[in-house]
This record gives sequence, structure tokens and C-alpha cells, in this order.
Amino acid sequence: MKLTVNGQEREVDVEDDMPLLWVLRDELGITGPKYGCGIAQCGACTVHVDGVAVRSCQLRAGDVEGDVTTIEGLGTPETLHAVQAAWIEHQVAQCGYCQPGQMMQAASFLDLNDDPDDEDIDRAMSSNLCRCGTYPRIREAVKTAARNLRNA
Amino acid sequence: MGRATTIARRTFLIGSAAIAGGVAFGTYMYRRPPANPLLANLEEGEAAFTPYVKIDAEGVTLITPRTDLGQGTYSVQAAMIAEELDIELDQVQVDPGPPSPAYYNTALSEESAPFRSTDESFAAESARGFVDMLMKFLGMQVTGGSTSVPDGYEKLRMAGAVARETLKAAAASKSGVAVDQLKTANGAVQLPDGSELTYVELAPVAAGMELASGVTLRDPGEWRLLGKPMRRHDMVAKSTGRLTYGIDMKIDGMVHAAVKRNPRQGGALKGFDASAAEKMRGVMKVVPIKGGVGVIADNSWRAFQAVEAIECDWGPAPYPANMDGHWETLANSFVDERLDARTRDDGDVEAALRQGEVFEAEYRVPYLAHAPLEPISAIVKVTEERVDVWTGTQIPRFVQNNVATMTGMDVENVHVHVLYVGGSFGHRLEDDVVRQTVEIAMTMKGTPVKLTYSREEDMLHDYPRQIAMARGRGTVKDGKVEAYDLGIAMPSVIGSQMGRQGLSVPGPDPAILAGAWEQPFAIANYRVTGYRAPELAPISSWRSVGASSNGFFHDCLLDELIHAAGADPLEERIRLCWHEPSRKVLEAVGEMSGWGSDVGANRGRGVAFCMSFGVATAEVVEVTATDAGIRIDKVYVAAEVGKVVDPVNFDNLVKGGVIWGLGHAMNCEITYADGMAEQTNYHAYEGMRLYQCPEIEVRGLENGDKIRGIGEPPVPPAAPALANAIFAATGKRIREMPFNKHIDFV
Repeated sequence: MKLTVNGQEREVDVEDDMPLLWVLRDELGITGPKYGCGIAQCGACTVHVDGVAVRSCQLRAGDVEGDVTTIEGLGTPETLHAVQAAWIEHQVAQCGYCQPGQMMQAASFLDLNDDPDDEDIDRAMSSNLCRCGTYPRIREAVKTAARNLRNA
Repeated sequence: MGRATTIARRTFLIGSAAIAGGVAFGTYMYRRPPANPLLANLEEGEAAFTPYVKIDAEGVTLITPRTDLGQGTYSVQAAMIAEELDIELDQVQVDPGPPSPAYYNTALSEESAPFRSTDESFAAESARGFVDMLMKFLGMQVTGGSTSVPDGYEKLRMAGAVARETLKAAAASKSGVAVDQLKTANGAVQLPDGSELTYVELAPVAAGMELASGVTLRDPGEWRLLGKPMRRHDMVAKSTGRLTYGIDMKIDGMVHAAVKRNPRQGGALKGFDASAAEKMRGVMKVVPIKGGVGVIADNSWRAFQAVEAIECDWGPAPYPANMDGHWETLANSFVDERLDARTRDDGDVEAALRQGEVFEAEYRVPYLAHAPLEPISAIVKVTEERVDVWTGTQIPRFVQNNVATMTGMDVENVHVHVLYVGGSFGHRLEDDVVRQTVEIAMTMKGTPVKLTYSREEDMLHDYPRQIAMARGRGTVKDGKVEAYDLGIAMPSVIGSQMGRQGLSVPGPDPAILAGAWEQPFAIANYRVTGYRAPELAPISSWRSVGASSNGFFHDCLLDELIHAAGADPLEERIRLCWHEPSRKVLEAVGEMSGWGSDVGANRGRGVAFCMSFGVATAEVVEVTATDAGIRIDKVYVAAEVGKVVDPVNFDNLVKGGVIWGLGHAMNCEITYADGMAEQTNYHAYEGMRLYQCPEIEVRGLENGDKIRGIGEPPVPPAAPALANAIFAATGKRIREMPFNKHIDFV
């Protein structure tokens, strides 16, 4: 089957029910999306399909309709997305393993609401689990990213 | 061996050894220098300055032997070297280096010796020295116990300083300018005429130089990097999805494996039927392993699916099948025959308890999984000549030895490549995954085999935090705490963990009383007793180890007695505290939280204190009792660490520790039913999510004379501070974790 990932068309030979996460990681070698739980509880696998955050561990490869963007496609070290720039500015990451998912979630959420209050942030970001406890910095980074997106 | 320079108070030496075409500077132990791990891979023209600094044509590499689990230790270790070496962090490569006995962890042993970390008497120092000897003998290159900073603080800076001075000597010899005319900056030696000789071009010259001697460490007042906010070197990679964790590692020709072991930990595999699995797409092989089965496939997901399809006949668990049996075992352990240690016995507790009304309470904490977000994985390639292991581990030396034993290979032919870790919290102090990968890879020699645990496999086979129970008694008199008697029963963490490495540790297990017996309070009649319960489910070190349970027990009992005395919770703790740096921590958290001011209706403030890993930490939690449940509004933390080496990382680790402590106390437990952990994924074991996270204010104090690590100490006071705050807000005492069994949280 054909998939468009980070702007490139890719051909893969996989079962329809293989989760997109494992197609990305093991078949295409795109390891930014992380495996954490496999049951949509942690959000580490979050990618965008046509700009909307989805849990790639729950999306069957055969059901992918739209362009897939992973953290690698959101921005690069040279061309950072506003969310990534804010994550770096606030030094959010500890182990960093959940952060690709956190940033993909934040980018998609800020695309819909670039002036969120604390409650909006709590609601949007609580489906992504962080075991190191970087939440206070995630909150700050989301606010900084929102501000920079509004002023862009 | 050339010259060596001794570091005061520590037994290590920075020395040099001449080799063909170069020189290496190493950390030596005792009189016998261990093999320098860098020499084996040193190429012609490449000079290695200590096992911590390597300079070649490619540039400067700093070797940071403690594993980065997310605590930022690669950056902090690199900064300690770079500070003295006069080099910027963006000019260096950071490499965890190969396993070597030269990288033993001296600081870890301090926590294993039966002396308070506030005690610097000769006896205390010599006991630590004894344990230190043992640790060195074992060659423990272990990451743990919040020791990376204390362990590296002198060694790494001295390595940088010796390398710098030797490079200057090389520059003097090359340029003819006297050493005292030379300066260093930006990775180069600067000559008086304004020209520079880079470290890279000096490296071959330095290889022929005598080791600089009489090198002294810079005064902290001159620091460029340390003590100031640092940019972690991995932050950009971690923020752009470019960092390769163990689970992301790919080796050419690699195949993917999954395992399923008896979910009753340590139980046998009696038989299995893999006929369905063998027919599944991508499956190459089914391999029986110790206590279970493995599948090799061409993709991780296919391996997971196939191993699930194997039907197994499992034997029973070697521990009680249900929780009643575990709690009963603990309840029956408060007896003389199970006495492990009574390391605190001040005054006459029995006599004091005979006078006045005796307060009594029982406290319980459950098993807890580590559940770091990155599931465990390893890659192993076995050939006739060598074995390569790629994995994130806190115990690379144990891994190397165990793999050598399993494969019959000489230790020097086992190459352990330590990879980035997506969280550990103690999880990676175990090496089961490597052993299983070796078992599987032995059946496919020449092919790299990557074993990844499913989340369910990871949680079912986590070696959890100890289950523990405490019984407290006490009396009060004239508004003060008069007698305090705490007994703690738990199985031995060290026994269980070291047992899996084939080691038996004689004597009492310091973890049974850590965080309880060594608290700096002058109570007239004060006794703390540890009881070693029989082995139950296998357990392991979990962020803050013994103190994770004992800090809760000790402080909750103290809070209840202070309440019974009618005293103020903070003022009475301050009055009882004899240790000045600890008292300052309590005073600081009082000032930060505005302790004593009106907290408002339906609200409560709780304070707790715990000295663990030598770090006095006090926390104040503020809660509101809403109609829907308890909301944690704010947490204030003050901790005494001697020196804050990186303020950003310090802040991040303290907040993370508080969230870890609160989240598990509120929401988490591992329970066994029919011998199996009932919580197998995050839906049943969440820790804390963002909506529950309070605002956290952090202050690091620098009144102590020793530098301390901060990964673990913020954890123990969090749970009791929350319990005490809930009591203040609601009048309800919670004596058992998780608290959500007794009260709702919003």
C-alpha cells in the first residue's frame, strides 16, 4: 500500500491491520513516534493525519486516509516548529521519550485554539502521559508556543 | 604507570600510562591499575586523557560513565569536565563509554553503610570506606542512588584539569613559550602573541608528555558553566524526534523478537503450543527461554502478535497468590525473630510508653511498578569471536559479566554499548531483557536480535517497589512529642535485587530503615526498628528505594503525634530538629509557603520532611477539598544539596520527583491476583496526568559541605505532605496508599 509520510510517498507491503505506528517504526525506520502502551493511553505515538493528532498505535495501516506527519516532519533542528522551539526554550524534556507525542498533540491543539487558558491546556494535554513529571514545563511551553503562533 | 595525582579524601588517582603511539590518562584504583577501557580502541595518533576525556582528529569526546535515564546526567557530567578543560559543551561529543571497573561508583556506597549521612565521625567514614572497598571490588559501574553528581564532582573536574594542564605543557613544548604564559579557552591553548594551538592539534604532542602534577581544582567562584543555567546538550534532539533510544536502535540485518514469560513471576513453563504462532506472517522461529517462550519475526508488531498466539501452561507463583497472603506475611513479621536492625534507640521508649496515653497507628504502602514510558529492549549479536549488546542499562558491568557467563565468551570479548534510556526510575537496574535476548540470539548466531517488551510484558515482569507495613506508637507531654516508636516490616529489596545477580549481601538491609531511622530529630525517647519480612514477590529499587515507603511512615507518625500534642506541625518539627542544614530547609519551606497565614475555607496545608541520600528535603502541600474531591493547588519544596550544579536540571528533577511521589501515592498500586499483577498497562496505572499537576515552587539550599544528587530525595516527603494536608483540610487521616482508595481527587 502507499502512504504519504512527511511529504514523501512511501510504498509498504504490510497487513491492513498493522498499526501505523509499527509501519512507521519497523518498516519505514521513522522512530520519532514512540511505542509506549499500544492501547491509546499514553500518547507517545501521536502523529498527524492531515494536521490532526491521532494515536498511531490505534490507526490500522489500511485505514490511513490522508498525509501523515511525524515529529521529524513537524520541524527540523534548522527549521523548528513554534512548539519545538518553545520545548527547547523551556528545556521541557527529561528522558524525552513522551515528548514527540506531547509536541504533536500540542501542535494540533494550538492549530485549533491558539489562545488557550489553563483549563484548555489541561484538557488537551492530559491524554499524553509523562512519567518523568515534566508537566509544569509543558504548560509553560504550550503558552509560549501559543503566544509565538499568535504573533507570527 | 607514570605519575599520579591523589585527590584529597578520596582514594582514586588520576594517572597516566604510555602506550604505542600515544598516552592514556586513567583513573586508578588501589595500587593495581585496572585496564583502561579506552586503550583497546585507541588508534595511532590518538591520545586519551583519562577515561573521561578523549581527544583525536575528530575532536574532543567526554566520557560520561553514568547512564542518562532522563535525569540529564550526560550533560551534567560533561559540564563538570568541560568546566576545567575550558571547552564549550557544544564543542564536544558525549559518549557513555564502555563498561570498565575504573568507573566504579564511590558515592553509591555511602548510602549502603549503616551511618547517618549527617554523621561524619571517623566511625561513619570508615564504615563507608569498607563498603566502598566492596563496591570497588565488585567494580560496580552503577547509575543509581542519586550519586552521579556526588561521584563525579571531584573525579570529572580533576580529569578535565589534568588534561588541560597536560595540554598546556604540550603547547609549551611545541611553542617554546613557558607554561605560565599560556592560557586556555574554547578548546585551545592561547599564546601571548594571540595565536592558538587547538587541543586537537596538541593531542599527538600531549601523548608524549609527562602527566601534569600539582593540579588544583578551580574555585567555584570562577566557574563558567557549573552553577549556572545550562542548555542540556540533548535538548534539540529530544525536541525534534532525532534522539535514538534503545528501542529505536537498528543494526543492519536485525530481526525482531518478543517474549512471553510466566506472568506469575519466577513460575515455571510446563509446556506450550506454538503451532498457530508458527504459521503467522513474518514469524521465523519460536524459541523456548527460561520461564517462557520467545518469537523471532521480521517486525516487532508481528512478533508481539505471534507470541500472544502461543498457548502456555504455566506453573504457580513462588509467592502468595493473592494480596491477603502478602499483607498477612508483613503483619506477622513484627516479631523478634525477624528483627533486622534497630539503628535508633534513644532514651527509654518502653518506660515512656508506660506513662500517659499511647497513640497507635498502622500504615501500609503497596507494590509499585516503575513503568517508564520506554518499554525495555535490547539488541544482541552473538558470533564465534564476540558478543555485542546494545541496550539502555544502569549496570553495564553486570551485563557484561552475565553475558560472558551465558555465552562462554571472555569478558573482554563482550562489548556493551550503552544507549539512551526513556526513563528508568530503577527499572534498568535489572538485566533480564539482556539475558533473554542472549538466549534467543544464541539460536541465530551472526544475526542481531532485538527483543522489545510489550507494555504488558514490561509491567507483568516489572520487579516492583517493596510492599511495606509500619506500626507506630507514641506519647505526648506538655504540648511536645515525648516518645516515638516506629517499626517497619518489608522484604529485603537488596536481597531480592542482588540475589538475581547471584550475590548475597550479609547483614541488615539498609533499605528497610532508610528514610526513617536517620531523621535529624531530637525526640527524648525515640526508637526505629526494622523487620525483615520473608521474601514475597520479587522486588527492586524504585525511585528513592526504602525511603519511598519509610519517609511516608516516619513523617506521618510524627505529624499525628505533633497533632496529638497540640503543637504546630512546622514549628514542632523545627524545634525537634538538631541538624542545622535540615532546620534551614524546614524554615525555608515555611517562608516560601507563608506557613501560619490563613489558608482559606476548605483548604489545608501539610508539611513533611525526609532526609534521604544525604539530602534534607521539606515539602509543603496545599490542597482544597472541593465537592468533587481533593485538588492539589500548590507544592513548595526546599532541598539541601551542598551545591546546585545545574539550576535548570535541578528544578526539573525536583518537580519530577514531587510529581512522581504524589502521583503514585494518589493513584497507583500493583496487586496480585492468582499470582499475577492485575495492572498491566497505563489505564490501570496512570501515575499523574497533567490535569492533576499542581504548581510547584523549588528552592535549592547550599548550606551543607557535601555535594548531593537530587534525583530521588524529592520523592519521600511528597506523599506524607499530601496526607498531612488532606488531614488539615478534612480532618481525615489517610494511612494507606494509594490514597484514592480512601478519598477522591480532582
